[in-house]
Amino acid sequence: MQVFLSILRKEFIQIFRDKRMLAIIILVPVVQMMVLVYAANMEVKNVDVVVVDNDLSQSSRSLANRFSGSPFFTLTGTTFNEKEAEALLKDDAADLILSIPAGFEEKLIREGNASLQLIFNAINGSAAEISAGYAQNVLLDYNAGIISETLAIERNESPGGINTVVRYWYNELLDYKHFMAPGILVILVTIIGMFLSGMNLVKEKEIGTTEQLNVTPIRKHQLIAAKLIPFWVIALFDLAFGLLIAKFLFKLPIEGSLLVLFTYAAIYLVGVLAAGLLISTFAETQQQVLFIGYFIIMIFILMGGIFTPVESMPRWAQIIDIFNPVCYFMQVIRMVLLKGSGFGDIIPQIIFSVIFGILMMAFSILKYRKRA
Amino acid sequence: MMGNGKVIEVKNLVKKFGNFVANDHLTFDVHRGEIFGFLGANGAGKTTAMRILCGLSKPTSGEITVNGFDVYRQSEAIKRTIGYMSQKFSLYEDMTVAENMRFYAGIYKLPRSKRLKKEAELRDKLHMPEIMNKLVGSLPLGWKQKLAFSIALIHDPGIVFLDEPTGGVDPITRRQFWKLIYEASANGITVFVTTHYMDEAEYCDRVTIMVDGRIEALDTPAQLMQTYGASSMNDVFLTLARKAKKAVG
Repeated sequence: MQVFLSILRKEFIQIFRDKRMLAIIILVPVVQMMVLVYAANMEVKNVDVVVVDNDLSQSSRSLANRFSGSPFFTLTGTTFNEKEAEALLKDDAADLILSIPAGFEEKLIREGNASLQLIFNAINGSAAEISAGYAQNVLLDYNAGIISETLAIERNESPGGINTVVRYWYNELLDYKHFMAPGILVILVTIIGMFLSGMNLVKEKEIGTTEQLNVTPIRKHQLIAAKLIPFWVIALFDLAFGLLIAKFLFKLPIEGSLLVLFTYAAIYLVGVLAAGLLISTFAETQQQVLFIGYFIIMIFILMGGIFTPVESMPRWAQIIDIFNPVCYFMQVIRMVLLKGSGFGDIIPQIIFSVIFGILMMAFSILKYRKRA
Repeated sequence: MMGNGKVIEVKNLVKKFGNFVANDHLTFDVHRGEIFGFLGANGAGKTTAMRILCGLSKPTSGEITVNGFDVYRQSEAIKRTIGYMSQKFSLYEDMTVAENMRFYAGIYKLPRSKRLKKEAELRDKLHMPEIMNKLVGSLPLGWKQKLAFSIALIHDPGIVFLDEPTGGVDPITRRQFWKLIYEASANGITVFVTTHYMDEAEYCDRVTIMVDGRIEALDTPAQLMQTYGASSMNDVFLTLARKAKKAVG
């Protein structure tokens, strides 16, 4: 115990004496929450529309007005020339061409239906898809207007139609920040835990003190436990700190119990810290830890479901994700914060994280050698 | 186990790295309280042998005991009874002298009273009371080495291993350092020291000269100089090294 406490005291002295370390502990959460959450915005707004109006009728103008009246679209120009509109699209001056052919109104009145063309700039596929959805809504609305006008009834009482009222549970206003912030918190905690623990051990290798420690009667488990605990504490502190920022900055709801969240995070971090330790046993320098760690963490995070739900990933990716610890924390943090899930709801995730933690710990203790 | 008891016994120590033989059948004993020099050019296999004695590396074959403990099975027991100061300076530069001492005292489970006594001793020895609260990184190299030596002795080990302890410092500081070694030896601590400074060899009670992984000579400095008809240890070493080259060529 005396040995363990001596190492622990030494680690804390070194961490808090290092000004850069303090900066990392305080600044990383602030920057990640303030910048990343906003930057990871998946909402599509201000879609620039150029209208090619070859009809010049009341109907075509009214349709164009509906687009300019929508909060998602901005009318940037009107032209009669398809080529000109395409040039705008090419120059990134427009995201969408709304092309209304000549005779649109006439066909609409005579035959009861008419067609028009929407051309999207789909460089960013998902943004194009989302704006296509908005455009469809504008057109549906326009359609409903025509029907009610011709039938002379109230708009919302379209005859025989099914009136759907959609509610978005657990994120009523579809605030993307409430979706992203918990994900960013997972990244924050994972990066802090994995990198700081990995770098710390390799730093001792670099300055040559590892060898000095290896000729002492320190037991492996004492050393490893004392090395990991400070970063375990720091990562949990950063989770609390990040959560606080999210609470004040974007009113992140905390529906569930913080006890559930932090208990799970404490378990999750054991595996992550041990993974950092494992990396450090393979690496000789801090740069190597960074490169290996970065490679692993990028895959963990991008596959972990921060942007795309794991359920929408291809089958093979879902199978890989069974072994991705980040994926489970991503689920737990959103479930607990947004949905108010309790211990009973996250049993599978807890089981996985316990197994992951034990395995990682076992591997890294086996791999860490006191003898060269 | 007093007087000239053997604290290190080595018989036919062999260490191979792949096909490369770093230590080729080394056999020697070290007696209690003596200053035992391990000499040789860089790459002669000194550090390899020392690391095996400290339990940092496993030998390929041979019978080796340190303080009566077997290096294969009892390396952790050996570690409790030895001190070690490596080539690379290895105290924590971002901690103060007192913090470093407290850390190592804790690792060797020294009681508080003993730690305070050791701190007082060091303060007297270095003639600078205020040094205890200075960051190690801010001290000159010579001081750091003296400090590292004192900390290697913090748990009163029976043997202290010094791997090129005086590398990179000026002759005056080297002399001061050897004063500390004599002091330790006078207190009954066995000193096992590697060096490639031949003048330092003359300070040792007995020296071993290693060439290409083998022990070429083992005796007191005076006896060696007489045997090889040399006027200094440097000449002894050059004679042996030249002979070894001829044998290879």
